[in-house]
Amino acid sequence: MTSSELKKMAQEIRKDIVRTTYSTGKNGAHIGGALSCADLLAVLYGEFIDLNKSDTSVRDRFIMSKGHAALAQYCALKQVGLLSQDDLDSFEKDGSEFVAHARHNTKKGLDFSGGSLGLGVSFAVGVALACKEKRMPNHIYVLLGDGECDEGIVWEALLFASHNKLNNMTIIVDYNHLQADGKIDEVVSLGNLLQKMQSFTDNALQIDGHDVDAIKRALEAPQTDMPKIVVAETVKGKGVSFIENKYNWHHGSLNEVKFNKAMAELETNGK
Amino acid sequence: MESELQKYDHISQANAVFGIHLVDTAEAYPNLKILAADMAVAGSIERFKYSYPNQFLDLGIAEQNLVGVAAGLANEGYRPIAVAQGCFISMRSFEMNRQYLGYMGNPVVLVGLNSGFFLQYFGNTHYAIEDLAIMRTIPNMQVFSPCDAYEAILCTEAALNSENPSYIRLTGGATLPLMHPDGYNFRLGKADVLKEGSDICIYATGAMVFRAMETAERLESEGYSVEIVNVHTIKPFDNEHVVNQKGKTLIVSIEEHNIIGGLGSAVADAMSESEGMPVLLKLGVKDCFSKPGCYDYLLEQHRLTTEKITEDILKKMK
Repeated sequence: MTSSELKKMAQEIRKDIVRTTYSTGKNGAHIGGALSCADLLAVLYGEFIDLNKSDTSVRDRFIMSKGHAALAQYCALKQVGLLSQDDLDSFEKDGSEFVAHARHNTKKGLDFSGGSLGLGVSFAVGVALACKEKRMPNHIYVLLGDGECDEGIVWEALLFASHNKLNNMTIIVDYNHLQADGKIDEVVSLGNLLQKMQSFTDNALQIDGHDVDAIKRALEAPQTDMPKIVVAETVKGKGVSFIENKYNWHHGSLNEVKFNKAMAELETNGK
Repeated sequence: MESELQKYDHISQANAVFGIHLVDTAEAYPNLKILAADMAVAGSIERFKYSYPNQFLDLGIAEQNLVGVAAGLANEGYRPIAVAQGCFISMRSFEMNRQYLGYMGNPVVLVGLNSGFFLQYFGNTHYAIEDLAIMRTIPNMQVFSPCDAYEAILCTEAALNSENPSYIRLTGGATLPLMHPDGYNFRLGKADVLKEGSDICIYATGAMVFRAMETAERLESEGYSVEIVNVHTIKPFDNEHVVNQKGKTLIVSIEEHNIIGGLGSAVADAMSESEGMPVLLKLGVKDCFSKPGCYDYLLEQHRLTTEKITEDILKKMK
């Protein structure tokens, strides 16, 4: 896909995030963290993740560790045809398959049951070990939140991924600098995250997580014999001015006025 | 001729499973992976590790990641057995067991080493008196608690041949006599009646089973007819067997575990919907921590020796 097509795809994902959040009424959704990873998901699904629809066993794996942003993943999966508008319309309806945290469903492109933070990398390491041993040509992608890096299992898993030189996996950190209680730096600082990641691999990069060309270059960059870790600098709530960089928009609902304002901004920015 | 099974008499369950059986049968399980949390030495896994280096992974002291990586491997078709101390694999990894295994349905076999009090002088941090309770509460999780080294092998086979995740609780170290003759027909989820009787029905599990048999002898010398049931599968539990004990005077459960949530609770759950059941005497740890000491000292403290168990049952019968 061209850069402009990827940008358009990201905007469509954002619009669906906003529409779907609005559809939940007062319940609301994890809109801030969903908007921050829209560009990352557009490039991943638009260009990189091979979804081989005829044989799911050989396709790339995508582990959404920041499970509360499942809404963004659902919207991205709609863009690549694995989820329907009906699926999205059922979001957070009673009995729906598609709630705030995704449930594993390979056919629909959901390779992991996210929600309990910090658990994605460890699972992905097991998957990567298995695929590497079977000499499968596929790649394992993980989207990791910055807030969930507070969880100890993330670091257990990184140690093990590094020890086993799992160069068939790429971990992307959606570094939007906010978590539910406020700024990451004020809650529990991650310090120099790039430097920390560089201590696990010789293949750690830092990029602008909203620049589709930069994301593409980072994901295209050659693998070394170690896992790739991409620290993607992002803005929580990206694309909707009144949500951007507001920690209390970690989870929120949209009334009609806010919905119309958000959609208008996304329409304008998308042009 | 001496039974082939005699080699499993008075050896540890871990040694039987990892040191002997899986080394001998690894070729039958090409997808088997043994994952240990720095437990190859303590879990008698070294022989397997050196015989089948590609089928062994050491995760280090990281029980949470142990379960996550095992789940990832299971997701891709491997059959992982994840091994750690019983206390840590049940408690430190509880949420991982629920999330990656029960919820996602990845059929990992969890093995808890040295459960109950077998870590003796290590103290309460290393005792596992909650693991049966914890594991029972996870939907889709099967829970095994074998009574001797040979049955530990049968539980492992049953778990490896099942589509569900499992927990296997190992107890008793190398103190356990064999409880079955050759040709024992192990049935997952079914009560194993070691001895029939008409007055008292004793349900026992793990290292308590042979003590229950010794207790039966003493109770019979006092004139009581005693049924002994070895409960190797705590979940799914054989409710039907319990419901059929209405004619008995007393039901007893014996476990090296808290009386809250384990075998005794499973028996109570089974009884609770049936009228006319006898009284249930739950023997085990009375919801307390222990004064550390040797294994026998700990069993004595919690009244889990044959002598104390007999005393408590006789007292209840009078």
